[in-house]
Amino acid sequence: MLPRDLKAEQFASYPPQARALALAHLDALQQLPLSFLPSLLREVIDYDYKFPAERVAIDRELANLSSLSPAQMTDWFHAFAQFSLSPKLESFDWINRPAQFVEQLSAYLWTTHQLDGFRQAATVYGDRLRAAKPPEVIPVRRLGIAVIGQGVTAYDAPLFRNLRPHGAYFAHVKPENGLQLLLSAVAARAKAHPVPYGHWYVDGGQQADHSPSLTCVSYHALEPTRAALLRKIQAEIQRPGMGPEELSTHLARLVPADLGMDESGDAVLNRFQIKLLTEGSGTQIFSTTFAQWAAREALRRAQSLTLLVRFAPRQRQKPMNELLSSSQGNVEFDLTGSLVDADMGAYYNWLNQQRLPGAENSAFLVWFEGHSQALVIGPSVPRGTESTTVADLGELLALATT
Amino acid sequence: MTAQSSFGRNIAEHLGRSRRDFLRGAAGVALGSTLLSASPFVRGAAAAKKRKVIVITFGGGARDQETFAPEGQENIPHLIHELAPQASFFTQVMNQGILGHYVATASLATGVYETLNNFSAIPPEHPTVFEYFRKDLNRPPSDAWVVAPSNGFNRIGESDYRSFGPGLGARVVLPKHLLAAAMSGGATDYAHLLRDNYETPLYTPQLAGSEFELQQLEMILRLSVDDFKAHALTLSSPDELSMYIARRLMQQEAPSLLWITMHDIDVAHAGAYSLYIDGIRRTDRLCAELWKAAQSEPEYAGNTTLFILPDFGRDADEDSGGNGFQHHRTGDAASRTTWMMALGAGVRQGVVYDQPMQSIDLVPTVGAMMGFSAALSRGRPVKELV
Repeated sequence: MLPRDLKAEQFASYPPQARALALAHLDALQQLPLSFLPSLLREVIDYDYKFPAERVAIDRELANLSSLSPAQMTDWFHAFAQFSLSPKLESFDWINRPAQFVEQLSAYLWTTHQLDGFRQAATVYGDRLRAAKPPEVIPVRRLGIAVIGQGVTAYDAPLFRNLRPHGAYFAHVKPENGLQLLLSAVAARAKAHPVPYGHWYVDGGQQADHSPSLTCVSYHALEPTRAALLRKIQAEIQRPGMGPEELSTHLARLVPADLGMDESGDAVLNRFQIKLLTEGSGTQIFSTTFAQWAAREALRRAQSLTLLVRFAPRQRQKPMNELLSSSQGNVEFDLTGSLVDADMGAYYNWLNQQRLPGAENSAFLVWFEGHSQALVIGPSVPRGTESTTVADLGELLALATT
Repeated sequence: MTAQSSFGRNIAEHLGRSRRDFLRGAAGVALGSTLLSASPFVRGAAAAKKRKVIVITFGGGARDQETFAPEGQENIPHLIHELAPQASFFTQVMNQGILGHYVATASLATGVYETLNNFSAIPPEHPTVFEYFRKDLNRPPSDAWVVAPSNGFNRIGESDYRSFGPGLGARVVLPKHLLAAAMSGGATDYAHLLRDNYETPLYTPQLAGSEFELQQLEMILRLSVDDFKAHALTLSSPDELSMYIARRLMQQEAPSLLWITMHDIDVAHAGAYSLYIDGIRRTDRLCAELWKAAQSEPEYAGNTTLFILPDFGRDADEDSGGNGFQHHRTGDAASRTTWMMALGAGVRQGVVYDQPMQSIDLVPTVGAMMGFSAALSRGRPVKELV
């Protein structure tokens, strides 16, 4: 089936808000090429479980599409219309399974050497959409914080190497009450700028005491969910005919209730956490990967104004079968390896923050937990510098956000 | 400081520059473009007959910034200081195909960008380098071997192309399957050598060894199960196991064409940067050890050409469509662009070539070196090597 044949009743299985949205923009959807539309429907179908920032983005994109004349529509989507798709893709149930369609489309584009062209078309479209619908000004300077190296007593190699060109390195930080200072500062921002899902605390281990005004995700709190997921994976792998792609499709269909999550909780956050575990690679087994990926997704999806990520030690590498067995007995930790992971993870947190609106004014701080090394990035912080100033983390945060 | 280590440092400095600047101002290192007039392969048929080629895929998937770029050179001290001074180094190897490890390695082996399903154990569509080699030069099965990780690679030895295919390919040894067969149930002490299938970390296929593997062990590698198990206990990763098997093959079978696919680096898919770096450092060490071993084997010393190249790179940190080093899904320049090192018989030493080549150029290049025609390959022989 092709988009021009879309009918209202075909969205019957969509959740209520998603269905209403699709029907409100049905005329525009019918005009989109098949190489493009399922990517948009993949977002629309989850509308009821999206963060506010994501809903705003979907609303704006659909409003823009509905505002285009037929000639403009042709102009905007000319490049997408040029891609040849297989009959198999055309007959796929892309209305109800858009994510699976996009997976298959990706494989097809790779196989037919159309991927580079598709990337180019997608980039042009994204730039054009941003120009047509510029993002709103954010209410406060965005702030990212990474706390790395928990449990490491000494580390001689240089830290923050990727971030140093962008900020000021401090070697005489007063570490006392560092985490509490940071959590208090984050809570104060949440209180001053109360935006739903705007202020986050991600912990790769067990979460510290924190303000309820923060959206919190932790590796430790998700332990029962991770264990349930790993049991499901083990069971699926044993099934005849199961392969990596089939497993991926199976995982993509899981909802919070499938993994024993409390359905009375925050449905949006629960879905987010399930996706961290079912779509992330390695998030189920390595806490450092979980923390980095959770931060990436909080920034990309919720567009957090404040994000504090505390990395924790991950388990040592073992054969994947053992890692997947989810046995928690005698877990051995790789402290130094975790610090290296987190150092890179902090850099990725900053990169992901810089992809959001207001990047030119954003602030970032990374601290080697319990130690005297930190790095600060902010609009008024000189780049590529080292400071001998003795300061506590509250003072460094003030420097970053001034 | 010895002349060699000084030269190694010199090479490192040059490789540390951006690709665009590799050749510019390359004082102290021979400029590739000035050397094209005289091929190093002025040799007779006798030389070609004895020639041996070893290919190591530095896998799976490593970026410049963790290898030959300035900030990555600390991870590859052996390649930089021991092998690069002896090598011709190609700074721009483009992979325009599908960036999955099995399909990309199959493409390297056929000289055609294959489009097979990366996760299926199916043969390449086009003839492999092993088939060209054996058919054109009338070589026995024992003269071409592949040492490979287990996920899917067991079919990489020969294609299903009609006029080549079954019976003309390489023998394939899967070290992890050998170990699984040797263990026959008692896996505990060896589990660290059986890590598998990083590309989809959550899918771990069962490894199975059979009578076939046990026969390979005893009849070809001349290894008793007990000796094999005892040695395996001293190793720390699947790639170490692969290298052990490769060296054993060199001693027992001395194949003229040996292809070794490394895979430890692909642990990056689990998202732990330190493990990815550990994999690169281990692969760096293993490459140097293999080259050293080749120099000490009478069958290989002086007549062997070694190629080392990643199958492809990994996603750039800056590409928002990926997650940096973790995957190779975006198809961006960082994931498609990598390098190749060639050293040994007939290769100029200490030369850096900046002009682009494609990963599918490897097969026709090996063909030109060894004296067979890779007729269906879509790559071109690298003129600096033939």
